[in-house]
Amino acid sequence: MEFLTEFFGYLGGTAPSIAAQGMIWGIMAIGVFITFRILDIADLTVDGSIVTGAAVCIIAFQSGMNIWVAILLSTLAGMLCGLVTGLLHTALGIPPILAGILTQQSLWTVNLLLAGSSLSFTFFEQDLLPIVPLEERIGNTDLILLGFVAVVIAILYWFFGTELGASLRATGNNPNMSRAQGINTNFAKVLGLVISNGIVALSGALLVQYSNGYNINMGRGAIVIGLAAVVVGEAIVSKISSGFIPRLIGVVLGGVIYFLVYQLVLFFDIKAELLKMLSAAIIAIFLGAPYLKKRYGKKKAQKEVKSNA
Amino acid sequence: MLEIKNVTKIFNGGTVNEKVALSDVSLTLEDGDFVTVIGGNGAGKSTILNMVAGVYPVDKGSIVIDGVDVTRLPEHKRAKYIGRVFQDPMMGTAADMWVEENLAIADRRGKTRGFKWAITKKDKAKYREELKELDLGLDTRMTTKMGLLSGGQRQAITLLMATLKRPKLLLLDEHTAALDPKTAAKVLEITDRLVKENSLTALMVTHNMKDAIAYGNRLIMMNAGKIILDVRGEEKKNLTIEALLEMFTKASGAEFASDRALLS
Repeated sequence: MEFLTEFFGYLGGTAPSIAAQGMIWGIMAIGVFITFRILDIADLTVDGSIVTGAAVCIIAFQSGMNIWVAILLSTLAGMLCGLVTGLLHTALGIPPILAGILTQQSLWTVNLLLAGSSLSFTFFEQDLLPIVPLEERIGNTDLILLGFVAVVIAILYWFFGTELGASLRATGNNPNMSRAQGINTNFAKVLGLVISNGIVALSGALLVQYSNGYNINMGRGAIVIGLAAVVVGEAIVSKISSGFIPRLIGVVLGGVIYFLVYQLVLFFDIKAELLKMLSAAIIAIFLGAPYLKKRYGKKKAQKEVKSNA
Repeated sequence: MLEIKNVTKIFNGGTVNEKVALSDVSLTLEDGDFVTVIGGNGAGKSTILNMVAGVYPVDKGSIVIDGVDVTRLPEHKRAKYIGRVFQDPMMGTAADMWVEENLAIADRRGKTRGFKWAITKKDKAKYREELKELDLGLDTRMTTKMGLLSGGQRQAITLLMATLKRPKLLLLDEHTAALDPKTAAKVLEITDRLVKENSLTALMVTHNMKDAIAYGNRLIMMNAGKIILDVRGEEKKNLTIEALLEMFTKASGAEFASDRALLS
């Protein structure tokens, strides 16, 4: 009993932070969703572009810009990262995974230069980054982040409902058919990577405000968290709906679930280092299970056919 | 309508795997020509269609569609003039998108895709009518994912997509080869109707000599990257499979090599 009280007390106490971090990474996961699910590209740029988003946000704000302008600049910087990966892939014919790795590597240098060669630093002034303030995390922050989630989902719902958005979906689904129908698939891929990394960098700008500190390594393994959120979220929502908005909400929920698990790991005094491996295992299971099911199912069906003959 | 001038295509040039797919091929299609293309495996039938569609660039020669030299245009830009149906029923449609979404994609072929809604109410009404005419009961399945339909249904819709915006040229690459005989006949019937209704210029590759004789107003036979026979009008109407095989032997100096073509 005492354990349960302690457990739920702990969960209750950390709930706002689970929700907040979950939503920030959930926005990031929406970016991953666009490349991984819509364009069928595993884009590794995100490990770098999330940090670039964070760095640009700090620099812009510290140079006296309005925080909203700073966030906008972060998003644009992320889009630029996506553009580089997109052009490496389409203009130079480099496989998309390698193109993402190349950009990610270059971004490490860029991020280091942006942050003035310091690997990490913390802000002490409370109102330094006012959209997600340190002192008022509980309540307000969650609402603000919920607003960001809603706006991102609404914009994407609109975009993928347009002719241009539909051409991106078709490109990811069947590039041959898309070209036969007059879609410039290279342009579609680049545009998708640009949008995706813009969203990822936006989440970086929010993350740096929330954690009140910048770390050159804050994006390490971001792709794994993003993918975990995508596959977990889809697994939950696919039972209820296949609509676009429910799927995106599912992805954000996946992010929240990720941080719920993270808090549990902390509560049970399991080493936090294990989480990365756990995330990788979750992705492997969620992506591998449907494949195995299909293979095993087929064999079973073949056996039935044989036994009937 | 279509002018293929002295087109040569060599795959893996300069290596031991060098393969001359097309050797100095010229072909002119008049407006409204419905040409069937036959030939053994590796004769260059599909290659000639892919050259016209711009899937890969020509090594030599030029391709002109309705007075426009498209030789240097990429595939997606040539799509403005061309409707295509492929051998693989999976290849012509987006499996994870709805039937109506696929049609809407095809309906914007040759247009700039911007920020207008991808599909409107008016579009839906139009697509429903078009699907009704296919007579496959697909007008009630507009919001079904394409991947859930049968191969024949998908080919019928791909045909509709290829002709929805009247193309200057329709390219059919063995589009019934992967279907069962009954479905293949149905899809061919739809093909013939769509070509006639829209008075399209079409190139249809087939393995089936009977179909090649029965459909279209002109028949060409290919062998080893060359056109070895070009029959049209009355002469084509009176063709028989036996006569075709004889012509093949005479023109190529070899026995017709495709078992599939003989059997069908």
